[in-house]
Amino acid sequence: MNRALNWLPGLAGGESLPGYPASLRVVDAELDNRLARFIAVVPDADNPFPRARAGEVGLLEGWGLAKAVNEAVAADRHGEKRAIVAVIDVPSQAYGRREEALGIHQALAGAVEAYAQARLAGHPVIGLLVGKAMSGAFLAHGYQAQRLIALDDSGVLVHAMGKAAAARITLRSVEQLEALAAEIAPMAYDLDSYASLGLLWRRLSVQDAESPTPADIAQVRACLAEAVRDIGASTDLTSRLDGENRRASREVRARLRQQWQEA
Amino acid sequence: MTDSERLLQSRSFVELGARQRAQALLDPDTFRELLGPFDRLMSPWLPRQGIVPQADDGVVIAKGRLAGRNAVVAAIEGGFQGGSMGEVGGAKIAAALELAIEDNRNGIPTCAVLLLETGGVRLQEANLGLAAIAEIQAAIVQLRGHQPVIGLIAGSVGCFGGMSIAAGLCSHLLVTREARLGLNGPQVIEQEAGIDEYDAKDRPFIWSLTGGEQRHASGLADAYVSDDLTAVREQVLQLLQAPSAARASRPDWYLERLSSLGSDVAQLDGADVRALYQGDAR
Repeated sequence: MNRALNWLPGLAGGESLPGYPASLRVVDAELDNRLARFIAVVPDADNPFPRARAGEVGLLEGWGLAKAVNEAVAADRHGEKRAIVAVIDVPSQAYGRREEALGIHQALAGAVEAYAQARLAGHPVIGLLVGKAMSGAFLAHGYQAQRLIALDDSGVLVHAMGKAAAARITLRSVEQLEALAAEIAPMAYDLDSYASLGLLWRRLSVQDAESPTPADIAQVRACLAEAVRDIGASTDLTSRLDGENRRASREVRARLRQQWQEA
Repeated sequence: MTDSERLLQSRSFVELGARQRAQALLDPDTFRELLGPFDRLMSPWLPRQGIVPQADDGVVIAKGRLAGRNAVVAAIEGGFQGGSMGEVGGAKIAAALELAIEDNRNGIPTCAVLLLETGGVRLQEANLGLAAIAEIQAAIVQLRGHQPVIGLIAGSVGCFGGMSIAAGLCSHLLVTREARLGLNGPQVIEQEAGIDEYDAKDRPFIWSLTGGEQRHASGLADAYVSDDLTAVREQVLQLLQAPSAARASRPDWYLERLSSLGSDVAQLDGADVRALYQGDAR
């Protein structure tokens, strides 16, 4: 079961807006006394693209996300910028021949472009991880947010590739991969290790990450509201650079800045 | 000049390493490498996995000029770990683009060229590679608001994974016949979807869908150039002057095209894709 489907009604209520692919839920609702657009990618058993029927981010999903975000930006051009909340449970990008042939990379670029432009235009953009946030699917749906919030739950998973495929590509067994992941924080599949990279703004313990209780909903909505206020007028991703396991990212930036000015 | 003379005079771009490519692109004597191999900023994660790191982590950053304009070139070395993006190499590209944005804001116009030879995230540094790619993408979108960002896929590694999405964000994308561009590498698709869906060993099939010529013919790349150093540089300089096709900003056009394929989309070959994307609406 896709978790975004369970969280969305409580978080946003209301009907999903028409005009988008059936694998998208786009709901406008109130958050902290302002408008917010909640967006999720969900399974669609009748998806015209058979490799994107289980909630994967494929061609229609990438371009559909772009449309949903772009329309919010256009609607708010002269008014208060609504918050945009990506509710994330995406198992992967779509792997298939149709997808490569028709340029799935460009569809996902459309989604990244839209989220990034919304952020630059002054919309508070928040990624709420309620389930899987895998690889290209996460890049397209959530990773451009100013703040990332994750449920503190073993079903929340951030990674670049599933274990079996990652083992094959790196010429290791799954057991070897797991042994390495236990020691190498960026390779790990657990949320504690991910949090040590400094990419999450908050982790939230809830009673039921699968099917949220009213108290869970209230807690997460309060956290989203707090994130909107914390974002304030910031439009970039710099808040992600402080993690204990991102020392090299900081050192590269500091030393490049020094040499850049001298060059 | 006869054809054979031209052949003798032409110098391959594809055969050059990342550093030589950046040198060859920039105006003569303007190449200045930043965070070069002598700075020894290496992956902190590879040695712990028994893999020898490289002194530049497979990414060359250079400031210089392109037809007199301030430019920064980020060149990925496809020969090191398949051009994969780790923490250090990814941060070098993101930081260079971020500094170019700052320069533009401070009244110093600076454009960028990305030489993309990469399989995407370096799986040995998985989540830090992915995070770095998100930051590279953010910086491309922002820099493009000031000055052109040109993506060049020359080959022979090609451009895959999260970096193929980055390619789709560039103002202009230039490819050669040796280039491939796709989100998922053939091996991964075969593993996930089966050999009937995608045969990773069938090179003509893979090229017919994701090769540079096909990507250009179907409007997913802006220019197609022969593997010749002079021609590549001239094409980059031309693109710097051209208006961007802004493909990533056209969801309605692509959704309309895709919806014309019906409710149960059949497999397509290269010619089908070209026909679909070359239609009137473009």
